[in-house]
Amino acid sequence: MEELIEILEDLHPEVDFDTCDTLVDDKILDSFDIITIISEINETFDVVIPAEEIIPDNFNSAKALYALVTRLEEE
Amino acid sequence: MQQMNVLEYLERTAPRVPQKLAFSDGTEGLTFAEVFDQSRAVGSRLAKDGYYNEPVVVFMRKHPKCVPAFFGCVYGGCYYVPIDEEMPRFRIELIFQNLKPRVMICDDDTVEMAKTFDFDGQILIYDQVAQEPIEEAMLAFIRARQLDTDPIYIVFTSGSTGVPKGVVACHRSVIDYIENLSETLGFGEHTVFANQAPLYFDACLKELYPTIKFGATTYIVPHSLFMFPIKLVEYLNEHKVNTVCWVVSALTMISSFKTFEKVKPQYLDTIAFGSEVFPIKQFRLWRQALPEARFTNLYGPTECTGMSCFYHVDRDFELDEAIPVGRPFRNTQILLLDGENKLAEDGAVGEICIRGTCLTLGYYHNFEKTNEVFVQNPLNDRYPELIYRTGDLGKWNERGELVFVSRKDYQIKHMGHRIELGEIEVNVNMLDGIQTSCCIYHKETDKIVLYYVGDMEMKTLVTVLREKLPRYMIPNKVIRLETMPLTANGKLDRVALKNMYESEKKEK
Repeated sequence: MEELIEILEDLHPEVDFDTCDTLVDDKILDSFDIITIISEINETFDVVIPAEEIIPDNFNSAKALYALVTRLEEE
Repeated sequence: MQQMNVLEYLERTAPRVPQKLAFSDGTEGLTFAEVFDQSRAVGSRLAKDGYYNEPVVVFMRKHPKCVPAFFGCVYGGCYYVPIDEEMPRFRIELIFQNLKPRVMICDDDTVEMAKTFDFDGQILIYDQVAQEPIEEAMLAFIRARQLDTDPIYIVFTSGSTGVPKGVVACHRSVIDYIENLSETLGFGEHTVFANQAPLYFDACLKELYPTIKFGATTYIVPHSLFMFPIKLVEYLNEHKVNTVCWVVSALTMISSFKTFEKVKPQYLDTIAFGSEVFPIKQFRLWRQALPEARFTNLYGPTECTGMSCFYHVDRDFELDEAIPVGRPFRNTQILLLDGENKLAEDGAVGEICIRGTCLTLGYYHNFEKTNEVFVQNPLNDRYPELIYRTGDLGKWNERGELVFVSRKDYQIKHMGHRIELGEIEVNVNMLDGIQTSCCIYHKETDKIVLYYVGDMEMKTLVTVLREKLPRYMIPNKVIRLETMPLTANGKLDRVALKNMYESEKKEK
């Protein structure tokens, strides 16, 4: 989780990722961010996020994103 | 009679297909009759209020209504300057200082923000103005005095001194571009566009003007869809989109996540891309997914009205090859000039210079910058003739196709946007607590890396920069140094910084 928060904070140091759960709904993340996050996750966790998982629900909070990464790591 | 005014496109099309959908975002849309009437209403109001031959700022949310707002300015004999809520306030203020506008058109979403600008002119609300009566006589009077060399829009590009430059384009160069682009890409009444480019760039000319020329339809794709590849392709299919002219990063966003294994664009047959290098691996995925479609690479600077060159992809490329820029549109010529202002020899690298009607009028209120790059053709000492020096280096390959090599200076292309690294540095250096800074661009990973020396925390710096620079200019990585490496001459050592970044990446 720490590594993931680091990736997110690199992009948006002003956001509290422990609590925020409207990252997409409130337009905090934009398409630049999403692409960066996906490629950083790929590098850091060696996990490929497939297209069908690139949906708002999975990116609205750090928690949801971490759950996705964990789930993909197990598969 | 020869076409002199871009509005003639609309005036021929609207009576022919009045009820056809012209511009839509998928939920709300305007027919050609509505675009025609609302444009003339906006033009009438500008005329009645005494605005003429001056910039009109259009500050509206990205929406189909922006289009008649733009054309309305042209009906009023003025020129439109689109700005956007995504632009940082500091940049908007610089643009206003350059324009000194007297009037701005807003919508209900932007008007409150507009009131906080340092602007004491008049604010018009689009929805009110668009319903006002059309003053036919006034519009006819304006039209009779309009020339094809009069400006129709100003769009702002990055400037190395930190001040954006406003490129002014006229009817004649836009008509030249739209006629030749349409012929090259085979646009027609059947064309259904999906617009990706922001409306405050010249990139959106590709959809707006062919739509009114042919009576085609443009869907203005909601920005948020470009985050979610499957939804985006479903949107294209739902609206039977057959033509896209997008930046490469929007296309690779779809292909790189194996989207095509789940869903494919069903109607897409014309794909134009440009503004940056298309990684061949991604390009192959597109070709596999859509073997029947035609792919065209486009190249051109804003200063020459949209795009200047095209290449229809007709062969395979190796992974380390670049897709050529190809050849110029009809009525445009490319000159490759060497260091002595002579034509570069075949196969040799030269600066790409452009000649033709496509040249825009120059930078608004900035003769100094204009004269640096819009210059007398050095091959012609007999009569005045301007060419535009792009600052891009290119060469002709053995097939006679133009190939982009690199930039002469520190301008880069990042996510489809043209950026002067110097503009980022100027903005960083202005901040209290910063001694010096230097930006490098790491091409392999498409990352802007900012190095700086100073007391400011990295997090604070990023937060402050977000208020000053557009989103796409924010560095991807910010690194604080104790001292900045310098060359023997005492200049910032960009090569040393690049090496530093590479070795740091390897350690990880």
